[in-house]
Amino acid sequence: MSARWPEVPQDFPKAAKVTLQDEQLRANLGHATTAIRAKRGGVVAEVDDWEDLRDEGAAARDRALRALDERLVELEANVQAAGGVVHWAPDKAAAQRIVVDLVAATGSDEVIKVKSLLTDELELNPALADAGIEAHETDLAELIVQLGGDRQSHILVPAIHRNRREIRDIFREHLPGAGDVSDDPAALAEAARRHLRETFLRVPVAISGANAAVAATGTVAVVESEGNGRMCLTLPRTLITVMGIEKVLETWEDLGTILRLLPRSSTGERMNPYTSLWTGVTPGDGPEEFHLVLVDAGRTNALADPVGRDALRCIRCSACLNVCPVYERTGGQAYESIYPGPIGAILTPQLQGLDTAPTLPWASSLCGACYEVCPVKIDIPKILVHLRGRVTAETDASGKGHHAGVERLAMRSVARVMDSRPAYEAAQRAGRLGLSLLQHGNGRPGRLPGLKGWTASRDLPPPEPSFRSWWREREATGGAPSVGGASPVERPAAVGGAGAAGSVPLEVVVHPPGGRPGVVGGPGVVGRPGGAPTDPTRTAGDDA
Amino acid sequence: MSGRDQVLAKVRAALQTAERGAGPDGPRPVPAPGRRTRPDAWDADELADRFAERVDDYRATVVRTGPDGVGAAVAAALADLDPGTVAAPAGLPAAWRPDDALDGSVLRTAELPAVSAVVTACRLAIAETGTIVLDHADDQGPRRLTLVPDRHVCVVRTEQIVDDVDDAFAAMSPADHGPPGPGTPPLTFVSGPSATSDIELQRVEGVHGPRTLVVIVVGPG
Repeated sequence: MSARWPEVPQDFPKAAKVTLQDEQLRANLGHATTAIRAKRGGVVAEVDDWEDLRDEGAAARDRALRALDERLVELEANVQAAGGVVHWAPDKAAAQRIVVDLVAATGSDEVIKVKSLLTDELELNPALADAGIEAHETDLAELIVQLGGDRQSHILVPAIHRNRREIRDIFREHLPGAGDVSDDPAALAEAARRHLRETFLRVPVAISGANAAVAATGTVAVVESEGNGRMCLTLPRTLITVMGIEKVLETWEDLGTILRLLPRSSTGERMNPYTSLWTGVTPGDGPEEFHLVLVDAGRTNALADPVGRDALRCIRCSACLNVCPVYERTGGQAYESIYPGPIGAILTPQLQGLDTAPTLPWASSLCGACYEVCPVKIDIPKILVHLRGRVTAETDASGKGHHAGVERLAMRSVARVMDSRPAYEAAQRAGRLGLSLLQHGNGRPGRLPGLKGWTASRDLPPPEPSFRSWWREREATGGAPSVGGASPVERPAAVGGAGAAGSVPLEVVVHPPGGRPGVVGGPGVVGRPGGAPTDPTRTAGDDA
Repeated sequence: MSGRDQVLAKVRAALQTAERGAGPDGPRPVPAPGRRTRPDAWDADELADRFAERVDDYRATVVRTGPDGVGAAVAAALADLDPGTVAAPAGLPAAWRPDDALDGSVLRTAELPAVSAVVTACRLAIAETGTIVLDHADDQGPRRLTLVPDRHVCVVRTEQIVDDVDDAFAAMSPADHGPPGPGTPPLTFVSGPSATSDIELQRVEGVHGPRTLVVIVVGPG
């Protein structure tokens, strides 16, 4: 049985601190993500109209989401016309109940499962187990996770954090019939094939997710590689498909667009080995009973947010995980949700509520690589920033993640101070004094109480006189503005404050390596004459 | 309130909330569906070459032949199985059918593990991705027939090859079978033999589906 996700996740920084200690994990992940990035790059480059295709993919998803109620009703009617039965689950508990009841009605105490993120999100396997029903995961990676009592760490390759030797050990210990299987991936795959073959032929009920469904035709799609999906979708008498309501598409052609985008973005293949499309039931071919369970479970929370709802376009390709510098180092389990990485950082807080995962929108450097590769152009950095704002504005600081509380308090204080000129100038003086007191011999500040999350990994700049005090001093000493170079940098008036009328020319100062600052005309670090001695070893990038 | 009513009510409320929250200009407009500007289409010979090259990339076996060579190509693809059991769907053209093939259209699931190989036609093929598409008509048989046996030999006529996935969808709209109903056929897209990349993202051919895929491309003679 796979391990459960925590009911209330701990903060991402805490969880990441633990996973960052795991060198094996980081090596496995670095190896895997480097390989998949290269593969994706190659197959994307050979599509001439890739950027147009991304636009079309985003538009296809948006068209469905903007009229989601109409599309769902249309899908329901067409699935039922083709002999399927449609069920609606507002939340996780309802979805669990519906599926458990459907399985119980067949009389089977076993089900075979196709890899499905939604069924993991819904914790369907534990719910089935509570009802005395054994769920057999049939995807190789899910099987590895299930046998190891582990948790998933990647959308596409849930066992990406395991290398072949670890998998061999899990199989030797837990997979019936594996014997002393070697660590050759082909041998491990063969062991899984032998183990599951009899199960596929025996178990009369299957549970799947869905990659998409077409409202106009009632057709459901599952995309896979191994053939375990085809086994589950074809051989059992009863098929139960659990689908998030956001997965619906408007037209048949939209599905074609998504199927051009998904495999290249996901596994870096032109096309995945198997894609199954079915419409209701087909007499004499495949399951005699088909149930489609449409699940909300928080999707409507996201849909109500005009910025955040773009996350619902996601087609679960995992390209954003594979390029994310944060994911590559922390691994997926640090996100403590079935949806890790950049997409998880915007999806999980919206699905589960901002209170439940308030630190996830900060689990990013906002580098933007995720947006670049997203096949449906989800502007993940924009949504991250938007959700940071919402977490700060909407959640309770106490015990729900340290960012919200301290940061909101700090920002409110800053707002009050900046409202008043005397208060602002007094704060500047106090700040310089405070910085001087905090400097240690090495030029680094000690840890600030209550802010150690910020200061543990950052240096504070040495205190310098404020622009205001420098200007006042200049006025008092009667010094003429010195223009040292041919192209003075103009400082906008607004930055100079009320006292600075018009633009103020400043020298452009560069720090030659190891030498004293010199005044030159070229672009460089903007400095102030008469300021405190500047550390000559620091360069422009240090403050970024 | 039923689950259905609850979900639909929440969806409608969410859409209204987002509309109100989207600012004075309203939500960002969504472009209407339209065909993208497509690269130039390939001619028939280029299509067949491209298709064959890309099937081969999946480490499937590609055999090219003329209309009179199909029977021999099928026999060659099965030669090493002797004395394996071969099945073929009832509607497969007689010239493509191995002499001793069982009628795959009537075999039950429990009988299929004893079948070593299956020979079928296809609905169409896609050059861009090296994909064959089955709609499980009489010359292809039910889905289980091309799933359980370990070898799948599929015959593709060059005039069945289309450029890309979009063209395949345009050619196979379920609407062609009338309004949605039990007559809408399932579709299976097959791109190479079954495979997994679940261990260190290293591709391994052959997991649960057929481990060997042989595609016979039949040119215009």
